[in-house]
Amino acid sequence: MSKMNLTRRGVIQTGAVAGAAGLTLPTYLRADGHSGFTNAPEGSSVTLGFNVPQTGPYADEGADELRAYELAVEHLNGGGDGGLMNTFSSKALQGNGILGKKVEYVTGDTQTKSDAARASARSMIEKDGAVMITGGSSSGVAVAVQALCQEAGVIFMAGLTHSNDTTGKDKKANGFRHFFNSYMSGAALAPILANNYGTDRKAYHLTADYNWGYTTEEAVRTSTEAMGWETVAAVKTPLTQTDFSSYIAPVLQSGADVLVLNHYGGNMVNSLTNAVQFGLRDKLVNNKNFEIVVPLYSRLMAKGAGANVKGIFGSTNWHWSLQDEGSKAFVQSFGTKYGFPPSQAAHTCYVQALLYADAVERAGSFNPCAVGEALEDFQFDGMGNGPTLYRGEDHQCFKDVLVVKGKENPTSEFDLLEIVEVTPTSQVTYDASIFGGELGSCNPGA
Amino acid sequence: MEAIILQVLNGLDKGSAYALIALGLTLIFGTLGVVNFAHGALFMIGAFCAVTLSRIISLSHEVVDETQTDFLGNPLKVDVPYVYDWFGQATGDAIIDWAVPLSIIFAIPVMVSIGVLMERGLIKHFYKRPHADQILVTFGLAIVLQEIIKYYYGANPIPTPAPSAFKGSFDFGAMMGFDPNVIIYPYWRIIYFGFAAVIIGAVFAFLQFTTFGMVVRAGMADRETVQLLGINIDRRFTLMFGIAAAVAGLAGVMYTPINSPNYHMGMDFLVLSFVVVVVGGMGSLPGAVAAGFLLGILESFASMREVLDVLPGLNQIIIYLVAIIILLTRPRGLMGRKGVMED
Repeated sequence: MSKMNLTRRGVIQTGAVAGAAGLTLPTYLRADGHSGFTNAPEGSSVTLGFNVPQTGPYADEGADELRAYELAVEHLNGGGDGGLMNTFSSKALQGNGILGKKVEYVTGDTQTKSDAARASARSMIEKDGAVMITGGSSSGVAVAVQALCQEAGVIFMAGLTHSNDTTGKDKKANGFRHFFNSYMSGAALAPILANNYGTDRKAYHLTADYNWGYTTEEAVRTSTEAMGWETVAAVKTPLTQTDFSSYIAPVLQSGADVLVLNHYGGNMVNSLTNAVQFGLRDKLVNNKNFEIVVPLYSRLMAKGAGANVKGIFGSTNWHWSLQDEGSKAFVQSFGTKYGFPPSQAAHTCYVQALLYADAVERAGSFNPCAVGEALEDFQFDGMGNGPTLYRGEDHQCFKDVLVVKGKENPTSEFDLLEIVEVTPTSQVTYDASIFGGELGSCNPGA
Repeated sequence: MEAIILQVLNGLDKGSAYALIALGLTLIFGTLGVVNFAHGALFMIGAFCAVTLSRIISLSHEVVDETQTDFLGNPLKVDVPYVYDWFGQATGDAIIDWAVPLSIIFAIPVMVSIGVLMERGLIKHFYKRPHADQILVTFGLAIVLQEIIKYYYGANPIPTPAPSAFKGSFDFGAMMGFDPNVIIYPYWRIIYFGFAAVIIGAVFAFLQFTTFGMVVRAGMADRETVQLLGINIDRRFTLMFGIAAAVAGLAGVMYTPINSPNYHMGMDFLVLSFVVVVVGGMGSLPGAVAAGFLLGILESFASMREVLDVLPGLNQIIIYLVAIIILLTRPRGLMGRKGVMED
């Protein structure tokens, strides 16, 4: 991968080129001559763009992301209890904004549609002068907005996106992901499934018919087949499907004794509810209890599925019940402000905001190339996931992955999942080249 | 053979929901001549009647449990439903457990009122406007209604389970001499099919065997003549709008245990239901019901793995494909009448 070495001469040259091209480039690509990169902050404040689903099926998840960003801004500006800034291993952030500039923000609505997400991100960059875009609850949206940010010359700190492609075949030099991915889910889940259900199992996959579904199915199949499971069938289900009965009814006839639901959001809520309705979990097939697996869990989705999640394994990026100092600090901070514990979406978005701000402080510049360089191969701790590496080769964070299970006796509406195992980083780490793609060069936008 | 039986069951179940919604749509179109794109929203509101009653029944007061802590380490506040205080825990649990069936009683007056209000307050002003105007205003209304629901209930699906007595599934296979655990079907879905059959039968009986129904049918056939006889047909049609809203609402109430309700569920059904109405024949009540079940069964068969292996993606287009074929061969739909929407 290529890196940009920042020198005084390079910055001046870039600025000169940008100045010469100023008449032809769109406003947001002009670097205002002296600064050399898109939307160089002027005055005493800097603007960040929070691009989250405020309408559409993931609006509740988006609202939690926005709460987290607002909390992060408060902490960066020196307000509140400081949250994760107190436990973060890097001490570059001082609570006086970023590089002494007060942090302000604008928000956009992704609507969980790639076109809408790109339009709102573009608006925040062009009209509001956002120097960084972050957020989202969909891999399709993340890939689309990441590509836009690459073109525009701003940093994209992805929100909730789980597809391998975001930091795989579609990775970009200006994009960074803290959230885990499908490969990691498969690698973390497989040993737990083997321990609990044995290695002689027949799995039937129902897979959402889009990019994330494919990568998740592939990851879980590869991991489970490697430990001896057989995949008897894998059926793609339309993303718009609401009633999964016609897909679930044939499962028992297939001879399968495990159903893997590669679904997220409303799809997951409905397919799991339908599968439990059919009484699959009460059946004995091949002399084994029939089991259901949900590779990617989210607390908000578990809430939608209600009691149907009880006893069902899945994986998650973070959970509020973790007892490390970082997680406790974040839960305390978020819970005190909003009255309920944060979701994993809120956590990853909060952490991304702080990681960006910290990188700017360490780089001493808002220039996206300098920020990117500061993030690449950055190792940190105290953010709730244990020691973490932002791998330079693909801009993917490597950290522990949680295997969780639907709780049998929840004490509250938030107490739906219990942590079964914290899978160590080494078990979910992979070679950056296996998913293809090229980071390309960092684009400062000028 | 087992797979075919299962998909027929699935189709009948899916068809129940399609038929109920399409029946209400056809009632409105047949009586008032209005193409009501807000009908899916009525289905959704019905589902949220169940959510609302469930919440009312579960209204609680907080009791501090010193032995447990919440996520912030404070003593845990446990919600204790008032029905526990009033009737004891066992009876209270039973009442909460039966929230969905109880919601039927709650939903009928609510949905009739919403239907009448919708017709008198907005839709009656569009009777003499082109169908395109009616579609636009009712579609706009549907969006407003779903945004109101989203504002108060959020975007996340809300689990609304069936009574525990109806959890699990019935083994049709064992009953029919097949291996056990091969042809199973959830109890609640069987109840849904039965409920749909009862509602459809009741609507037909109401129209066929009551004086009110006779007048309505006469009005559907020749509105002017009925008015000339001194009958206030408008008032009866308004009430029919309320009944159609109640049919959609009840379909929504009973659907909540099948899929957790969310604000968007009406839109998910709307387009399919319109296809059902068009395939059945605009204005034809038997056509709407027959087409609902037919398309439900075809959709289920198109979702079979064996079919998808040969024709990938057929499950996503089957309904529209059938609609095209039927409209090419029978332009008025399966049971459409001459002259309806042909001016």
